[in-house]
Amino acid sequence: MTGRSYLLYAVILVLGVFGPIMFPNYTQQMALLWVMVLMASTWDLLGGQMGYNSLGNITFFGCGMYISAVVQISMFYNVADYTSAFGAIKPEFTDEQYFTGLFLGILAAGIGSVFISYLFGLIVFGLRGPYFAIGTLGIAIAAGQLTGTIDYIGGGSGISMPFFPGDIEVRAGFFYLLCFILAALTHIVLRWIYSTQFGLAINAIRDDEDKAEAMGIPTLKYKQIGWAITAFFMGCIGAVFGNMVGFIEPVEVAFPVPTFGIFMVAMALLGGKGTLWGPVLGAVLFHIIKEATWTYLLGWQWVALGLILIINIVYFQEGIMGWLQRKYPEFFGITVDVSTREDGKEAKADG
Amino acid sequence: MLFNLQILFDLAPITNVQLILDGIFIGAVISLSAYGLALVWGVMNVKNLAQGDFVILGGYMAFALFNAGVHPVLALPIVMVLMAMFGWMVYILIIRRVIQQDMFTSLLATFGLSLLLQQVLNLIFGPEVQTIDSKMPNYQLFDNAITLPMVKILSLVMVAVLAVAVVIFMKKSRMGQAIRATAQDERAARVLGINTDNVYAFTFSLNAAICGAAGVMVSIIWVLQPFYGITYSLRSFAIVTAAGLGNLPGVITTGFGLGLLEQYTGFVLGAEYQVASAVVMLLLVLIYRQIQLSRKRQVVQ
Repeated sequence: MTGRSYLLYAVILVLGVFGPIMFPNYTQQMALLWVMVLMASTWDLLGGQMGYNSLGNITFFGCGMYISAVVQISMFYNVADYTSAFGAIKPEFTDEQYFTGLFLGILAAGIGSVFISYLFGLIVFGLRGPYFAIGTLGIAIAAGQLTGTIDYIGGGSGISMPFFPGDIEVRAGFFYLLCFILAALTHIVLRWIYSTQFGLAINAIRDDEDKAEAMGIPTLKYKQIGWAITAFFMGCIGAVFGNMVGFIEPVEVAFPVPTFGIFMVAMALLGGKGTLWGPVLGAVLFHIIKEATWTYLLGWQWVALGLILIINIVYFQEGIMGWLQRKYPEFFGITVDVSTREDGKEAKADG
Repeated sequence: MLFNLQILFDLAPITNVQLILDGIFIGAVISLSAYGLALVWGVMNVKNLAQGDFVILGGYMAFALFNAGVHPVLALPIVMVLMAMFGWMVYILIIRRVIQQDMFTSLLATFGLSLLLQQVLNLIFGPEVQTIDSKMPNYQLFDNAITLPMVKILSLVMVAVLAVAVVIFMKKSRMGQAIRATAQDERAARVLGINTDNVYAFTFSLNAAICGAAGVMVSIIWVLQPFYGITYSLRSFAIVTAAGLGNLPGVITTGFGLGLLEQYTGFVLGAEYQVASAVVMLLLVLIYRQIQLSRKRQVVQ
C-alpha cells in the first residue's frame, strides 16, 4: 500500500462514519449503498476473479435472512406460534435478548449460508460458463418459491422481525454502522485474499481451468472455498438487511432475483470486473443512477435501469476500471491497485 | 398431499384426464419456446434469457389485437409477423454485438432485455393478470367432469401445423439449409458464399416469431402477466439442457413431459411447487450428468 491508498481509505472511513451524522436524512440510503458495495464485491470474487459468473448469489442473501430470523425468534419464543399469528403477537424482547439474538443470528446466518453453499456447490460446480449461470439462477428462483411453501417460517406472507429497542434515529444509525462494518470487513478480507496464493489460484482457474487442474491446483476445492466466502458475507448482510427492513417475505425481500440478484452483476460490470475497486465504484455509481431515476423518472425507472444494463453490457463491457486501466496504466498502477495488477500479471504468466 | 393422491387414484380417476389435457396444452407452449431457444442456441450460440418475455410479448400483442376486435385465431399470423420484425430489430441493436463475445455476455444482455420488456409491458398493460375470452363453445366430457374448450383444441392444431411447417422449412428450403450449414460450421458456410449475418438475423427473427405463436396460445388458454416471462425462460432452458441441442424430437417429448410433470406436482403437492418442478428437473438432469462424468473420470484415472 502506498501513501495515496492510505489517504483513500482514510477518506472512505471518515465518509463512512460521519456520513449519517452529516446527512441524517439519507442514512437508510447510505446503508443500502454499503449493502450494494458488499454484494458487488462478493460477486466479483467469483464472477471477476474466478471466471464463474453466478446469477444466484442472492440465494445466500435470502437464506441468511431466514436463518437469522429463525435463530433470533426461536431463542425466546416458539417460531411456529409466532409466524402463525401473522404479527398478532408482539413479543417483547429485552435489550439484552435483542442484541444477543441479533449477533448470534448474523453469525448463524453466515455459517448456515456457508453450509448451504457447500451443498449447492456440489451440484453446480460441475457446470461451466453459461450453464453455471443458468443453474445458479434456477436455484435462486426455486429457493424463493420453495421458501414460500414452508409454513413454519411464515410461508408466502413472511415474518416480521423483532422490534429494535430504541428510537428510530438510533435504529437507523445502528444498522447503518452494521452495514458499513460488514462492507469494510468484506473489502479487507477480499483485498487480503487477492494478495495470497489463493488469489493467484482462482485467477488461474479463470484463465484456463483445465491447465490449472493439470498444474495441481485442486480446482473444485478452491471453487468451493471461493463460493463459501461469498456465501458467508452474503448471509451476514442478508441477516442485517432483514433486521433493517423489519419484515421479510420470500419473493420481494429475501430472494429478489430480478432486482438485487441482477443489480450486483450490473454493478460489478459497470465498475469493471476482475478488479478490487471496480465493484465498489460501480456500486456507488449504480446506486446514484438508481436513486436519480427513482426521483426524476418515476414510472420509467425500471425501463431506464434495463436500458442502462443493456448499454453497459453491449457497448461498454470493460467497465470503468477496465477502461481506466487501459487508458492510463501508469497512473493507475501507481495509485490504488498495485497489488491486484501484479497478481493479474503473475497469474497470466503462470497460466 | 396424500388426500390429493387418493383423489387421483380412488375417488375421481377422471381428474387424470383433465390434468393430462392441461399438461398437453402447457407442454405445447413450452415445447415451442424451447424449440426456438434450441434453434438460436445451436445456430448462433446465443443464450436468449428473454425467451419467456418474447412469449409474453406475443401474448400481449394478441391481447391488444383482440381488444381491437381481431379474433385470436386470426391474430396468430399477424402476431408472428410483428414478432419477426421485433426479433430482427433486437438482433440489429443487441444480439449482433454480443454474438462474437463470450457466452455470459449474451446471457446478461438478454437478461437486461427481459427486464426492459417486462417493465414496458407493465407500463402499457398494467400488472393485472389478463386473458382472452374468445367466446367459443366448450365441450363437456364424462358427465361434465371435464371441460374442454373448443379454442384450446383449435390452438393446439394450429401449433402442430406451425411446428410441422417449421420442420419442413428447415429441411427443404434454401434458407433452412443455410441455417443448418451455419450451425455446423460458421466459417465454412461463409467461405461457401452464405451471408451468415443474414442467416443469424433470420434465425433470431424466426425464433421471435415462434415465441409469438406460443404467446398467442398462452393468451388464449392461460393467463398473461408482465412478470411471468422468466418462468417460461427457465422451463425452456431446462428442456434444452435436458434434451440437448439439435434434437427436435427430444425437445418436444421433454416439453410435453415437463408439462405433465408440472400439472401433477401442482395438483398433488400444491400450486406453489409448480414453478419449482421445472427447476428441480433441471437440477436432477445436471446431477445425473455429473454422476456420468465422474464415472468417465474414474476410467481415465
